[in-house]
Amino acid sequence: MTSLSSRKVRTARGAEVRVLEGGAGRDVVFLHDVAGQLDDTTFLERIAEQHHLIAPELPGYGESTGEELLEDMLDFTLHGWDVVAETGADHPILIGHGMGGMIAAEMAAACPAGLSRLVLVAPLGIWLDEHPVPDLFSMLPYEFPRVLFADAELGARLLLSAGEGFGDLDVLKDFYIGNTRRLGTAGKILFPIPDRRLAKRLYRVTTPTTLVWGENDALLPLPYAERWAKLLAHAALEVVPGGGHMVPYENPDAVAAFVGKA
Amino acid sequence: MKFTFFNLMPWPHLPDDFRETNRSVWVDIDSRLFDPELANTMYHEYMDQLEFAEAVGFDGIGVNEHHQNGYGMMPSPNLIAGGLARRTSKAAICVIGNSIALYNPPIRVAEEMAMLDVISGGRLIAGFPTGTSMDTNFCYGQIPALLRDKYAEAHDLIIRAWTTQEPFAFDGKYNQLRWVNCWPRPLQKPHPPIYVPGGGSIETWDFCVEHDYNYSYLSFGGYKAGKALLDGFWERVAVAGKDDSPYRAAFAQMICVADTDAEAERLYSEHILYFFNRCLHVYPGFAEAPGYRTVKTIKANNLSQMTEEAQKKLQNLTWKDLVERGHVIAGSPETVRDRMIDMITELRIGHVFCLLHNGNQPDWKTRYSTQLFAEKVMPSLRGLWPEWEHDDRWWVHPQPDRVRPEATMAGATRRAEAQA
Repeated sequence: MTSLSSRKVRTARGAEVRVLEGGAGRDVVFLHDVAGQLDDTTFLERIAEQHHLIAPELPGYGESTGEELLEDMLDFTLHGWDVVAETGADHPILIGHGMGGMIAAEMAAACPAGLSRLVLVAPLGIWLDEHPVPDLFSMLPYEFPRVLFADAELGARLLLSAGEGFGDLDVLKDFYIGNTRRLGTAGKILFPIPDRRLAKRLYRVTTPTTLVWGENDALLPLPYAERWAKLLAHAALEVVPGGGHMVPYENPDAVAAFVGKA
Repeated sequence: MKFTFFNLMPWPHLPDDFRETNRSVWVDIDSRLFDPELANTMYHEYMDQLEFAEAVGFDGIGVNEHHQNGYGMMPSPNLIAGGLARRTSKAAICVIGNSIALYNPPIRVAEEMAMLDVISGGRLIAGFPTGTSMDTNFCYGQIPALLRDKYAEAHDLIIRAWTTQEPFAFDGKYNQLRWVNCWPRPLQKPHPPIYVPGGGSIETWDFCVEHDYNYSYLSFGGYKAGKALLDGFWERVAVAGKDDSPYRAAFAQMICVADTDAEAERLYSEHILYFFNRCLHVYPGFAEAPGYRTVKTIKANNLSQMTEEAQKKLQNLTWKDLVERGHVIAGSPETVRDRMIDMITELRIGHVFCLLHNGNQPDWKTRYSTQLFAEKVMPSLRGLWPEWEHDDRWWVHPQPDRVRPEATMAGATRRAEAQA
């Protein structure tokens, strides 16, 4: 097992970003999803076993600050590149999960030559009328595990680091406050419809791309995977059997294997 | 003291099992519960009641804005106010108000409110709420974390549009306009009195104090729960070194008047309970989109309603609970008067928004309660702030020779006459 260390970088724009880092080899940058970087870092450790992993937390998440500097999609996209520059990552493999996948795809569309490969794990950023994405912004905390994880019980354990679950008022309050900050930030690119017209920019993504999808993703069902596969000219789709939206947490080995191949 | 009759315009036909069979009265309420033919009667009845309130002596009549809401049938309060402006002539028309971040561009608000002020002969009170999360985020799609910034910009634009004589360019973050030139312009100068309805954030208090706007606390929590919030507001007034005129603040209160306390319970309890148990049945996930409020405010909140347990076990409130906790001031004129004196003096308010139509209360009961309040309660409360008797900074200044309904009624039927 490769242990991860934590450091802070300050971007040129002025955001303070906490970065988890570990391993050696080719640079791999991982952008987390709406729920943030959970305490379970198994997936990140798997990556660090083979590569030099760099996993920044978005401002508004955990110890990263400066979320007020990010207001629209372009801000988030350029922030992503600012972080890459600050960490010294060189033509990294970029992995993005959910919201992180949306940002990663925007980064690739803006500057495809800056990446060696792209791995998008159930990215947000496209809306299909026939499959409305559940409204994360109106969900009560206890409802998240069922939508995000194929196994809701595992989900509740992973979303909460301590305590008796969402019925415990102190735990609930801590989660709720954190959630307000996280989703308040995420809302700038995901509210009320998680689509900022990325689809019309995806033609620019010439980077070789692997799309990874949990078979039972309840947030973004498989038709989303098919749509992405159609829009990206250089993408291969890999479906993880039995996986939910949080497949990097549910099946870290399977997802890490796709990164290894990438 | 100034008294404004308020009607939230609730839908009065929600079924008995509404809470069991629906998750929310707001945002995703079942549209099949709405019946446009019944609504035709409803709107006219509610507008008649507002006009009746002027006739029995209320100082103001009030309307507000909600969207996709079973207890607030006024997505556009300005339309109702337009009707009232033409059929009344004395009462202030309190539009409390337009959620200014929702109008694109917000000069629409400057224009419509200028029209209302002119048509009513200078009787408009202009309310600028931030708007609830249900209205602004979930129904109108505004990004929660940017709403307050957008509100601030809309406010600056509207005030400049009302007070700048020359056309100007506005280069805002949310609005870019090359030519701003509000036309028509408001009758009251420099603009109608501005009220800011709020829910207790310190930023709103400071905003009101800084601009000398009225702070209106609108909730259904009643005056006992409202005390802490108004105390917070008055503290900020003191810190800013401003005078403490009670007219700086307004409070909305549900009121029911009858001959006796027992008659009040008999007449009104079912309608009050209809309001609290059906109209306020809002899915907690819609109460506050993440980012709508600051973390600081949330830390002070009770989250017990957010648990799965609480969602399964919805408590029914009783009349006794509601009266004791001050959600409702109800009883004989004497009882209501005594409670009102407590409320007005404890909160230090110069304006009361009187919610005298509640839930599915029928027209006759609303008129009965309203008339008793106007005739037997209001007179004894008028003089509660003698030292501020002449303070009219937060009230309308109508044009004395304005057009009145007597003239406009004749105007509809008068036949052509040659002018000599």
